[in-house]
Amino acid sequence: MLLPFIPEVGHFALILALMMALIQAVVPLAGAATRRPLWMAYARPMALGQFAFLLVAFASLMASFLFDDFSVAYVANNANSQLPWYYKATAVWGSHEGSMLLWCLMLAGWGCAVAGLSRRLPAALMARVLGVMGLVGSGFLLFVLLTSNPFTRLLPNVPGEGADLNPLLQDVGLIIHPPMLYMGYVGFSVVFAFAIAALLEGRIDAAWTRWARPWTNVAWAFLTVGIALGSWWAYYELGWGGWWFWDPVENASLLPWLAGTALLHSLAVTEKRGSFKSWTVLLAIFTFSLSLLGTFLVRSGVLTSVHAFANDPTRGAFILILLGLTVGGALTLFALRAPRVSQAVTFGWLSRDALLLVNNILLVVMTVTVLLGTLYPLILDALGLGKVSVGPPYFNALFVPLTALLCLFMGLGPVARWKRMPARELWRRLAGAALGAVVLAALAPLVYHGRWNPGVSLGLLLALWLVLSLARDLFDKLRHARSPGAGLRRLAPAYWGMQLGHLGLAVTIVGVTVVSNYNVERNVRMAVGDRVQLAGYTFALRSLDKRRGPNFVADVATLDVSRDGERRFTLHPEKRLYLARRMPMTDVALRPGLLRDLYVAMGEDLGDGAWALRIQYKPFVRWLWLGAALMAAGGVLAVADRRYRRGRGAQRCNDEVVTS
Amino acid sequence: MTPARRRRLGVLLALVVLAAVAAGLLGYALRSNINLFFSPSQVAAGEAPVGRQIRAGGMVETGSVARDADSLAVTFTVTDFQASLEVAYQGILPDLFREGQGVVVVGRLADDGVLQADQVLAKHDENYMPPEVADALAAAGKSPADYRRTE
Repeated sequence: MLLPFIPEVGHFALILALMMALIQAVVPLAGAATRRPLWMAYARPMALGQFAFLLVAFASLMASFLFDDFSVAYVANNANSQLPWYYKATAVWGSHEGSMLLWCLMLAGWGCAVAGLSRRLPAALMARVLGVMGLVGSGFLLFVLLTSNPFTRLLPNVPGEGADLNPLLQDVGLIIHPPMLYMGYVGFSVVFAFAIAALLEGRIDAAWTRWARPWTNVAWAFLTVGIALGSWWAYYELGWGGWWFWDPVENASLLPWLAGTALLHSLAVTEKRGSFKSWTVLLAIFTFSLSLLGTFLVRSGVLTSVHAFANDPTRGAFILILLGLTVGGALTLFALRAPRVSQAVTFGWLSRDALLLVNNILLVVMTVTVLLGTLYPLILDALGLGKVSVGPPYFNALFVPLTALLCLFMGLGPVARWKRMPARELWRRLAGAALGAVVLAALAPLVYHGRWNPGVSLGLLLALWLVLSLARDLFDKLRHARSPGAGLRRLAPAYWGMQLGHLGLAVTIVGVTVVSNYNVERNVRMAVGDRVQLAGYTFALRSLDKRRGPNFVADVATLDVSRDGERRFTLHPEKRLYLARRMPMTDVALRPGLLRDLYVAMGEDLGDGAWALRIQYKPFVRWLWLGAALMAAGGVLAVADRRYRRGRGAQRCNDEVVTS
Repeated sequence: MTPARRRRLGVLLALVVLAAVAAGLLGYALRSNINLFFSPSQVAAGEAPVGRQIRAGGMVETGSVARDADSLAVTFTVTDFQASLEVAYQGILPDLFREGQGVVVVGRLADDGVLQADQVLAKHDENYMPPEVADALAAAGKSPADYRRTE
């Protein structure tokens, strides 16, 4: 009986969530300003209520998808009765309206988590943090309700069948990629809220950093996983084996990641040394602003890509205004209040503080580089100066040397001491690592591929330098302990998190270096019975068949692959035609491995029983995403550190800091 | 001037110089790596440079796609209904490449007026028209919708 009204239930829940977000934005902030505990106490229940109602709205939309309610415009445009149920459920975030709803749900979820997990937060700080999150939430809920309501009905002309989900999105990678990415984007709203709250209070102490750091780490870890999943998805779904295109949408996710990485490190300095305070706050503002900018770029239709669903100018304008208000407001507040929170702490030019400062500068320069390359075409276009595109050479030419420089300092950072580090001691501890890295990196291409290759050597040099200096640091830490076991137990999770995160970057660099230099690709014309040799593998086309899937028909090729006449296996690439949209899609056949991937994609039917096939040998390509997974794991592991734990432990830590 | 102030001034000057150098390098890198977009009419009018990487685009003319019999070479023409541009490409065309579809081509213009393409881009949605192509068509007094209706 309630079934026909599910979309209305969702719609009302959404409106109620907006009301609660508005209360959460106004009352606690006013309460904190006028010191009224009752008003401040509104923050937590409103955060919980907002999340609960958004959950109802989200569940309603999912139910509409599962029940094939094509009277809802969004469902009709993005689903089809023949779509398998799991894709119906995940089609909720397959297009603009639903993904914005997911965005709001996650924002409320983070708010709810802050309300639930940081119970010991001082009442005024809690009220301000949740108040700021309420402000952001109100903005986005208004955006959803006014410009992109997913519950809009198509009445009375209800379509009999839906237009189907874009076939590119009918894939497991896409089920998890957007939620992960959004968790990262939206997660930075927490540290943003903490930063604004600190500015309002006019005070940043060690306790504040200890509250803000875990949230930043977790958001950053989600964003890392989200970006890696996007790259992985593009690799196997777009059918030509690329894993990073410097596409504006990819850049939009990389920007907050770079700024967020700088923020992670700046927070570390603020916590340990009490310096960099206003810089940390500024980075927190920038990181979240870049998340919003990413949303604007992707959602406004100014960019052309898979992700740009909507070309409705009001949406772009709305997000731009939201972005302007957030950034403008935050920076104004920063300008007024930052002098109050800053604190002068001296340090030598060779110290961990200084090295982290260099790290921050480099990361910010990288962010600006990417930002400029992404926005430049948009600015020129908006000024009517012509249509241009900035190609990958620009990004590679700037990003690669900057990464090299960053890695150089990354090797020194963990070994250096806070405040001051004599150059001679640093050299004594790291000379071995440097020498080892140079020798191994120079020899590695010779051993692996039989020929010198300066590009590969440089990449490996950076990775080895990182790994060896981390190993040296670990060795030094264990050497002074009574036994290695006791030494290991003494090391904090935060330290292991750092080790893992840096190791992850080294792994990713190895992947990027090797796959960029030793990738072999051939586009060939093949008929049944033809053979092709590639990187020591023989590919023989055995047969070409047709097959019918739930909502598509496909041409299937069967290839026998052998190496040195043994170890045979078969690959089945497909060329699918999705029926509802008459849209062709390439389904890649992959033979994954830790050291190499074999990649076969069907190109096009050339007639006469011949097909164009794209065959690739991609060494170490998995290391790209493995490295990202390690980085994310490092970020999460650091949160497990004793000093972030609630309850007595946290209290004791506070005391320790006060006395030390 | 106190020593502390002098030091701060030094740091500030160093930062300004560094920022200027960085901005200069960025501008240089940007300048040498941007690809301008040209419509077939603009190419026909001789506005596009020969031998430099450019982007061009339009609708793929119906009946113009010709495949070589035993390699992956292919030629086709793109049009904005005012002028046509011949494109030569070697390799696999994207899934959504079809006659009557808007495409963007990245490549170099040869002396004979044929665009030697390194990349052919057709977007991931059949209702999607690259904005450059849509604008080029609009400039030629056509809308992509007109074209689709006649299909």
